[in-house]
Amino acid sequence: MEGQDLPYVLIDHIGGKHGVYEDHVEFLEKHFHLITMTEYLENKKFLSNKIRAIYMWYHRPVINEELLQSLPNLKIVASSGVGIDHLDLKLISSYGVKVSNTPFVVSTDTADLGMALMLASSRRLVEGYQIAVSPDTEYFPADWLGAEVSGATLGIVGMGTIGYKVAERAKAFEMKILYHNRNRRNKEEESAVGAIYCKKIDDLLQQSDFVLLSVNLTPQTHKLIGKRELELMKPTATLINTSRGLVVDQDALVEALQNKVIKAAALDVTYPEPLPRDHPLLKMKNVIITPHIGSATKKTRRLMMENMMESIQAGLAGLPIPNEVLL
Amino acid sequence: MLRSKAFSLLKPIPLMSGQSNLAYKFIRPAIASHGHCCHRRSVDYRQRYKTHPGSAGGRTISAPQTKVMAEEELPGVLILDIGGTHGVLENLAALLKKHFRLITMKEFLQNKKEMSKKIQAVFVFECRPIIDRELLESLPNLKVIGNSGVGVDHLDLKMISSFGVKVTNTPHAVADSTADIGMALMLASARRLVEGCQIAVSPDTKYFAVDWLGVEVTRATLGIIGMGSIGYRVAQRARAFDMRILYHNRNRRRKEEEEAVGAHYCEKMEDLLQQSDFVMVVVSLTPETHKLIGKKELGLMKPTATLINISRGAVIDQDALVEALQNKVIRAAALDVTYPEPLPRDHPLLKLNNIIITPHIGTATVQAIRMMAEEAITNMLAVLNGQPIPSEVFPK
Repeated sequence: MEGQDLPYVLIDHIGGKHGVYEDHVEFLEKHFHLITMTEYLENKKFLSNKIRAIYMWYHRPVINEELLQSLPNLKIVASSGVGIDHLDLKLISSYGVKVSNTPFVVSTDTADLGMALMLASSRRLVEGYQIAVSPDTEYFPADWLGAEVSGATLGIVGMGTIGYKVAERAKAFEMKILYHNRNRRNKEEESAVGAIYCKKIDDLLQQSDFVLLSVNLTPQTHKLIGKRELELMKPTATLINTSRGLVVDQDALVEALQNKVIKAAALDVTYPEPLPRDHPLLKMKNVIITPHIGSATKKTRRLMMENMMESIQAGLAGLPIPNEVLL
Repeated sequence: MLRSKAFSLLKPIPLMSGQSNLAYKFIRPAIASHGHCCHRRSVDYRQRYKTHPGSAGGRTISAPQTKVMAEEELPGVLILDIGGTHGVLENLAALLKKHFRLITMKEFLQNKKEMSKKIQAVFVFECRPIIDRELLESLPNLKVIGNSGVGVDHLDLKMISSFGVKVTNTPHAVADSTADIGMALMLASARRLVEGCQIAVSPDTKYFAVDWLGVEVTRATLGIIGMGSIGYRVAQRARAFDMRILYHNRNRRRKEEEEAVGAHYCEKMEDLLQQSDFVMVVVSLTPETHKLIGKKELGLMKPTATLINISRGAVIDQDALVEALQNKVIRAAALDVTYPEPLPRDHPLLKLNNIIITPHIGTATVQAIRMMAEEAITNMLAVLNGQPIPSEVFPK
């Protein structure tokens, strides 16, 4: 097919630290005529009528009312990843535009990272690494100890696809698994991973050695974990967040960690990202922070791209859209 | 988990005189100890443990002769020291004191004549005290070396045996925590957790790059070299990540054991090395496994593969590893053990960015070191009481 017969799809840019991966472009260009934001702005008059989809790679390009107004033939926005808190769904929907995400392909990687953070925090892996490589180290102290993960109690807040995969993994460590979710999972799903439902989040917080957050960020989960919730946790407990930074009241978390209300935190997400360089969380020994890498593996990012491509194709063909996000 | 299940199993069993109750749990085969029924009890145990740190040992280890005995009558056990840089941790010393009269190296050296007769056992903690011929010659009543930990490469088994002294280790107490460190290192290396952490906290970071990527653990191929109780527990965990599991071992595991974790036996280590995305070394250090992984073996691995070592540093030819990492023969390494420990501060491994090193923390958890002491106590008591020894190590 000639390039001009392919549907026009808007992207932010190619390559660099934030752009669509160069090794994805070849594949995408077999199916779409990709238009970068710069190209669009340079030739707005012609392209605004042509563009029928937006391929939104890691929150770029930003979609606002102005952009939506200028793209009369826009049918679908395909957003990478699972979180859609960066999108104004109501606004987009009011333009008759559909939205898709990629919840399933990211789930194993994000669950793996949740396990990685739990193990690393519990066994003080980052601190241990610093001891092992520090120029000042003369011997390894025998009384430098972590806490056991195997056999401990894990509380999963948010038992969606990712939460459930965390439970599957944690079961192999013979952990006792509690979960809190809007809806209770059915009996078979619970017993397959040995998970016990806590209708009240308080029960989960009080019993868990590790509390792992895997909820979507919504108005209901905004600052779900605040001062009160942290105080319900055991002083020996660790908070792990692989969802969105805003699910935790960060000021309350700083205070809780400083006052040993809880033992430690391991965060793949913060608010904002990165944190301001003078933020107190960056200075704490009992905190591990990773740069939002829940889905950051080569294979998963490729699958995400393929999923987004399929969603756009279906959306443009008027077919049911895989992974459509409904209002 | 093993320990807690065993504890709960023991509750209804009355104490037999002369039989350490704890011995019972360690006789149970490690891999047969998994099931769902004990989850709750497992938690009960932990909570007891947390609220009453002294209770677990007191409850479960019931020394035969502790009725009304004065301290002097307890069997003498030599240790390096209590507390300090290399000494036995204070809470573990308290545990040992319930059954033994502890004699520190200093006390022994100050009053050798009297102490040498009293000492019936040595509790070896973090490879100390060093057991040499001179020490063995000076302890005529020595019956057992109770090693805390599973590796005994620091002990000259033949020489010790020639003095009629037995050696015991703690394979059961270490299995979970060491398997966990193996998984932690695999995940951390694959997902570049340490590097990620450095980016997240660095003063220079202005944004997080979207093109900064790791490799997947789920559905990758894991090759386990050494399928003992730790290797098997790694396999149990890795299975939950839908990993394809290969293993190489002197002896092939039974079919049921293989099927329970979905592990495929590679009689030749080469086959495992060529196919694995992650190679985890979990063998004992013996003359046969010394430098088991050298230039040739590293060359067989995939350029995208990661080497993880949770056994002993000398199992890997470190010079060959440095070269392989520098020349991208393999992707990365994650080592809980090196040779020596710590490495000399100018060692090239400390300067590479495709490596994670941790300070030999396979068993460094509050729970594991306590269980190791308990297992060692059980072993030493069994030897001193002439009973079946749960975990004796024999010279080849």
